[in-house]
Amino acid sequence: MSIKETTDFRKQVVEDVLKIYPEKAKKDRRKHLAVKEDNCEGCAVKSNSKTVPGVMTARGCAYAGAKGVVWGPVKDVVHISHGPVGCGFYSWGNRRNLADGEIGVDNFVPFLFTSDFQENDIVFGGDKKLETIIHEVMGLFPNAKGVSVLSECPVGLIGDDIESVARRTSKDLEIPVIPVRCEGFRGISQSLGHHIANDAIRDHLLGKGPGREVGPYDIGIIGDYNIGGDAWASKKLLEEIGLNVVNIWTGDSTMEMLQNGHLVKLNLIHCTRSMNYIVKHMEETYGTPWLEFNFFGPTNIRESLLKIAKKFDQTIMEKTLIVIEKYEAAMAKVIESYHSRLSGKKVMLYIGGLRPRHMIGAYEDLGMVVIGTGYEFAHKEDYEVTIPELKEGTLIYDDVNAYELEEFVQKLKPDLVGSGIKEKYVFEKMGLPFRQMHSWDYSGPYQGYEGFPIFARDMDMAINSPTWKSIKAPWTK
Amino acid sequence: METRTKATTAWLNTVEYRELNFAREKLVINPAKACQPLGALFCALGVEGCLPFTHGSQGCTAYFRSTLSRHYREPVAAVTDSMTEDSAVFGGQNNLHEGLKNAYTLYQPKVIAVFTSCMAEVIGDDIKAYLGNAREKESIPQDFPVALANTPSFKGSHITGYDSMLKGLIECLATPRQADKINDKLYIVPGFDTYPANLREYKRILKLLKALYTLLPDNSDVFDAPNLGTYQMYSGGTPITEMNDALNAASYLFLQTYSTPTTSKYLASKEVPVETISMPIGIAGMDKFIESVAKFTGAEVPEEITFERGRAVDAMTDAHPYIHGKKFALFGDPDLLIGLVTFLLEMGGMPVHIVCTNATPTFITDMESLLASSPYGQEATLYAGKDLWHLRSLLVTEPVDMLLGDSHGKWAARDANIPLVRIGFPITDRVNLHRSPIIGYSGVINLITMITNTFLEEVDRNSTEAHFEMMR
Repeated sequence: MSIKETTDFRKQVVEDVLKIYPEKAKKDRRKHLAVKEDNCEGCAVKSNSKTVPGVMTARGCAYAGAKGVVWGPVKDVVHISHGPVGCGFYSWGNRRNLADGEIGVDNFVPFLFTSDFQENDIVFGGDKKLETIIHEVMGLFPNAKGVSVLSECPVGLIGDDIESVARRTSKDLEIPVIPVRCEGFRGISQSLGHHIANDAIRDHLLGKGPGREVGPYDIGIIGDYNIGGDAWASKKLLEEIGLNVVNIWTGDSTMEMLQNGHLVKLNLIHCTRSMNYIVKHMEETYGTPWLEFNFFGPTNIRESLLKIAKKFDQTIMEKTLIVIEKYEAAMAKVIESYHSRLSGKKVMLYIGGLRPRHMIGAYEDLGMVVIGTGYEFAHKEDYEVTIPELKEGTLIYDDVNAYELEEFVQKLKPDLVGSGIKEKYVFEKMGLPFRQMHSWDYSGPYQGYEGFPIFARDMDMAINSPTWKSIKAPWTK
Repeated sequence: METRTKATTAWLNTVEYRELNFAREKLVINPAKACQPLGALFCALGVEGCLPFTHGSQGCTAYFRSTLSRHYREPVAAVTDSMTEDSAVFGGQNNLHEGLKNAYTLYQPKVIAVFTSCMAEVIGDDIKAYLGNAREKESIPQDFPVALANTPSFKGSHITGYDSMLKGLIECLATPRQADKINDKLYIVPGFDTYPANLREYKRILKLLKALYTLLPDNSDVFDAPNLGTYQMYSGGTPITEMNDALNAASYLFLQTYSTPTTSKYLASKEVPVETISMPIGIAGMDKFIESVAKFTGAEVPEEITFERGRAVDAMTDAHPYIHGKKFALFGDPDLLIGLVTFLLEMGGMPVHIVCTNATPTFITDMESLLASSPYGQEATLYAGKDLWHLRSLLVTEPVDMLLGDSHGKWAARDANIPLVRIGFPITDRVNLHRSPIIGYSGVINLITMITNTFLEEVDRNSTEAHFEMMR
């Protein structure tokens, strides 16, 4: 098919998929779906709007964004899931935000702390309980550097005043107690939860620490949650070019890193969706510059490293060039070894924060082509930077639901689907190779020169696994 | 205020810390319980063509689906009506109506199971009235079945949510009991059982016993679906016709005690004969199941089952030296714990710490009398309402040889330097465990295999060269 034919075919697919919807839902969903065309007319999609009820969305809630994404990885702070038991239970130990530390002493990442609301707490309020809990936390975990209180739905609905409790306990215990109003009904996805979490860091921690001297090469990594060790891979690479990573937000992070986020020469932002708020704030308030980077795949890595090095002196640039040269030879070998097995393979992605855009280059480095992509909870500006990077004819879907994604995949017939746990087994049952692209399917890291060979191996393993060949029984038609 | 400026891992392992830990009154750390709507969703997936539908914030559903998918490595189809801040002000009726309409149109279910999460409950949404209005507004056809359950997370746990949804499904789908319409079937209710292989095992045995039965609900084909190259969103489940006839059952046999009291009480109130037995883990547990079913059919127990039982007992005698006198800690749901303790006592294994976060008063009485009934139960203490951080303190101050529980126990086991044999829910770090039964005589063999071989693996890995032997 020519590009024009492909584009027209995919536009027809969108029309066909919309047919079944009731009128109101159809009108809404149409705006979220598009096919990239050269002039880009009509390929803007609506985003960051309410999910259509009843369609089987993959989206989560503000609590998931605030606790699961932003706060949860901060290792030396005790995070209380404040409210009933469920939210905390389901977000316990399953994001792969690795952290290094003594568990129960200065690392609380593998824990679930909950106020386990009962009916009484709903009727009489949970403030008193929360106060007791914070005291109990500090008695049992005296090395905790602070306590965050992540509100679940009922807390906001019954009118509890967690801010007062936080102020009081913070004074009594002489530690920061941070109230985070991330009730799940706020906003329309995880996204508002990120924002609320950023604001809480801004209001309660940033700039309130002991401070530190800023060295000439001190930088921070913002918006990397260390999934499968990603942030460690990035840190290692940045240190290899001579920079000094003093803060990571919030993978393997500490409270002090949150307090000192602005005390660097440059903030490098990875996940712009979840942390653009705070880098902008740091720039406006403290004049700390920031720069977006992408360490997925050698092409992106090279571009980002050079961009970063340009912000520093000649020493850094020289080291950077050496590092690039050193690793690109190795990466070329990786690419070569998978070429015959991966080149030309088609991929469809549906992920969160930044990966529907950031991962494209890594696939392209392997000779693969992304034919469809979309975000769970992106905003307009995310699509504005994504769409220009897409090849003509790429299908774009915002907040795509199970029905749509299944239809799209069946019509577009990719060789690989990259999405989340809720999507994974649907496609594997169809006999389609799949990788979880939130959790790296329990693998990783995928970032940096350290991660790319692992990424390549995993994509190859998914696509070329001999297991797919066994699906059809010889006696079935 | 006394502050301990330098806590250490060593301090966490002291008796002093254990006392401090057990003194906490409100803080819950690492609880072994999920919430009601997860149980409701789990239950609803066991009915043919049933689409689970959460009325509440959308994040809840994302959490239930991912939690179940991680355990089973299977797709979990469920929708939500995505209530947001405006629903908090105006109520969630519009969300429910629109959601029902869209879900009905897109996913063409045979029945929708609506259950609530916290938000809808706190604002006091009247789902029954909303449903009536939905039919009037033609969001769904007048006669389309929608089951209802109120399942806020701030009451009970996943097992009570399962119970409420089960009752709701029967109320919605079953026609009233009529004396002249009583069918000849034994309705079997497995309870909150996360092993599809257990359900398959029940069905296999029921067939051997030539019993006419209906398994209600039956999510074994949903959570253990074949890969045939196509995705079936609705795979299996208790047929709707059997649901329709659920109140005309000849009798009911409940295979768990604490995950179904509301439903069994409801059935009894409808004059349906009900019998409840403990989850049939261990020989005596399974014997009770066989006897109950045989009493229903009135037929002799076939020799095949006696032989099967004999093979399980043979495995017990073969392996008893590896389990006898060994000390165990366990945590999990009440029904599972009763079953596992029964099994351990039959083997001469000694339960020492039993942690049940979602314990009920009846369970406490039942467990205590079970422990009292055996010389091997004398060292055991039941910690009702406690959590896995309590368990950690117990393990490091009063050591045992092995921990039995789900994947959440792996930190406590690691800290205590003992093996964890994964039994329960969720298991997210091992494959296929849900594909082998832990109930029945074959379950006895599987439990012995898992426990014994784990012990022996430890022996081999930790033995000196001099003691590294061919035979164990």
